[in-house]
Amino acid sequence: MTPLLELDAVSKRFPLGRRRLFAKALPPEVHAVSEVSLTVHAGETVGLVGESGCGKSTLVRLITRLLDTTEGTIWFDRREISGVPARFFARDTNRADIQMVFQDAGESINPRFTAADAIADPLRKLLGLRGAALQARVEEAATQCGLPLALLGRYPHQLSGGQRARVGIARAIGTHPRLLVLDEPTAALDVSVQVTVLKLLQQLKAELGLSYIFVSHDLNVVRLLCDRVVVMYLGRVVESGPAQQVFDAPRHPYTKSLIAAVPRLEGARPEAPRLVGDPRSPIDPDPNACRFHGRCPVGFDRCGTAMPALREVAPGHLAACHLND
Amino acid sequence: MSDALSVQDLSVAFHTRAGVVHALDRVSFTVGAGETLALVGESGSGKSVTAYAIMGLLEAAGQVTSGRALLGETDLLAASPASLARIRGKRVAMIFQNPRTALNPIRPVGTQIADVMRRHGGATWFNARARAIEALRAVGIPDPARRTRAYPFELSGGMCQRVMIAIAMAARPDLLIADEPTTGLDVTTQAVVMDLIAEMAAQTGMATILITHDLALAAERARRIAVMHAGHVVEVAETATLLARPMHPYSARLIAATPTAAGTLEELQSVPGALPDLRGAAIPACRYAARCDRRQADCGETLHPHEAEPGHSIACHHPLGVAA
Ligand SMILES: Nc1ncnc2c1ncn2[C@@H]1O[C@H](COP(=O)(O)OP(=O)(O)OP(=O)(O)O)[C@@H](O)[C@H]1O
Ligand SMILES: Nc1ncnc2c1ncn2[C@@H]1O[C@H](COP(=O)(O)OP(=O)(O)OP(=O)(O)O)[C@@H](O)[C@H]1O
Ligand code: SF4
Ligand code: SF4
Ligand SMILES: [Mg+2]
Ligand SMILES: [Mg+2]
Repeated sequence: MTPLLELDAVSKRFPLGRRRLFAKALPPEVHAVSEVSLTVHAGETVGLVGESGCGKSTLVRLITRLLDTTEGTIWFDRREISGVPARFFARDTNRADIQMVFQDAGESINPRFTAADAIADPLRKLLGLRGAALQARVEEAATQCGLPLALLGRYPHQLSGGQRARVGIARAIGTHPRLLVLDEPTAALDVSVQVTVLKLLQQLKAELGLSYIFVSHDLNVVRLLCDRVVVMYLGRVVESGPAQQVFDAPRHPYTKSLIAAVPRLEGARPEAPRLVGDPRSPIDPDPNACRFHGRCPVGFDRCGTAMPALREVAPGHLAACHLND
Repeated sequence: MSDALSVQDLSVAFHTRAGVVHALDRVSFTVGAGETLALVGESGSGKSVTAYAIMGLLEAAGQVTSGRALLGETDLLAASPASLARIRGKRVAMIFQNPRTALNPIRPVGTQIADVMRRHGGATWFNARARAIEALRAVGIPDPARRTRAYPFELSGGMCQRVMIAIAMAARPDLLIADEPTTGLDVTTQAVVMDLIAEMAAQTGMATILITHDLALAAERARRIAVMHAGHVVEVAETATLLARPMHPYSARLIAATPTAAGTLEELQSVPGALPDLRGAAIPACRYAARCDRRQADCGETLHPHEAEPGHSIACHHPLGVAA
């Protein structure tokens, strides 16, 4: 099976402060994404999880070509799209194929757009739809997302958080994309709407063969929806594999802490473990240390002197930890 | 336990071109000093409007049409704008649902925290910066000293959320209204932040209203849960009771929609139907009636929340677990 999307050692660094013209030293940099490789096959749902600030949104903005990579290559359908500068990608042939649902629907929708305008915008710009055809596609997308047509005339501030999120999803599925990148699409949704949206995503995937990259902090939701899961920590992939397997038998200490911290309806565990210590800085991190070192409950000397490589620990299951050597 | 906040019969209406939206109808609940009350319910059920009304931050179209919100002796709903401005930030602080838009986009985050520290947290010009760094470290932001100079757009969504939390906690308020405080945070950071809120509550007796969609989070963090539906508080009970023996049909539905560590997507059920239109005068007494599978002829009659058992109040004519 050829992958729909393939990333090879993709990195993104943000310089901190302005670069001075004749300064000798390079300015410090935030290492937001470091050497990330991953593939997404047609019809596959890949979950992306990790600590807040670990680079998930930056990674998806690289994939959707809103940001340029610092290093590495991105292929979509065997075409290298990382070579197209972000500012030209708006007119790219693959532009309508990759759609994104943002972390914060309220923020990503123009406050002067009605719900209908917001959903119509990419259809107009990317597909050139007008008039009745446009209207029909807007209503189709709204209906698919459970957004009452009566609300289409409303502005974002007249909608509740959950209703705005539905507008965000309707806006993204309107162009019938092949890859939908969802950055915490259900974070603002209540559990009832979330169920509807998750079932909708599953149905769209079955009907249209859509692929998803699904960023979420809700591991229970990731388990329900995703075939594979990728765990990031401070810009690096620390574990990836079949979702159920990673949740049942995590092989990286960070993944283990993450799973242990998921709140439960039965109430808190009596001795709930906590990650103690400060996270390492993402600004010019030590290239010769595990980025989890210092907070890792099972770290040892070597973790401070060598970066663990991402290795296969079981078929299709990778982890980057010296303990797996 | 003394009530830090007592909300009584709070009603709010929005005047829109399409008519008057009766967003809140006689909402009542109390929060004790040091206690955490979770406010849960579907999107649009009125959780944020409740918070804004208490904070005196309703937009111009919104109007409080009845009720009181007593913070100690002070009725927040009757306070003058000037005294409310003093109370806000100092005695009552809020963590907003949408962190990025609540932060000033053109001021570094450290400066914004230092501002609050100076205005409400007793910091001076000399130590405000150091205390801002401390506040950022407490909410788990790596390299806080350098991050004080970052602008909101340079931070991830979760980091903005943590900055907002740092700002809200800086003033050591008596009442914290946390509107989805950990949405956008991973679960390990969420645990740290919620621990921080709990510590503060234990130390200073701060009362907390935790607005959340996550019943599991409420289960772990709140002593009591109030369930809202379409602008009504339909059920209030101690957390364990509410989750194990919900009496309102709507509460039971919400629990059934919550994903857990086991089970499949097929097993999860959304709440059938939608919130009723809250415009005009023809709103039914039970706003859940059109969606309810236990509805009977008398459900159209006037409905008041009542105590079904000590500490468990409910607004339903035919509650679950009670012989019909
Ligand atoms: N424009 C920018 N300039 C400087 N630093 C940035 C910029 N955008 C992101 N960063 C930094 O890159 C890192 C990764 O941020 P990103 O938004 O990708 O995290 P995330 O994993 O999506 O977090 P969250 O779960 O909180 O949304 C953070 O340290 C952030 O401060
Ligand atoms: N400016 C407004 N004009 C008209 N109706 C409004 C306005 N602001 C809020 N509402 C309505 O008030 C109701 C309650 O909204 P609120 O934002 O409190 O919901 P919520 O429970 O916080 O939802 P969410 O979980 O999505 O944040 C909704 O039906 C909403 O449409
Ligand atoms: S390499 Fe060391 S510090 Fe890193 S996760 Fe493994 S044990 Fe922990
Ligand atoms: S009052 Fe009647 S319609 Fe309303 S929730 Fe109770 S049983 Fe259902
Ligand atoms: Mg993000
Ligand atoms: Mg809200």
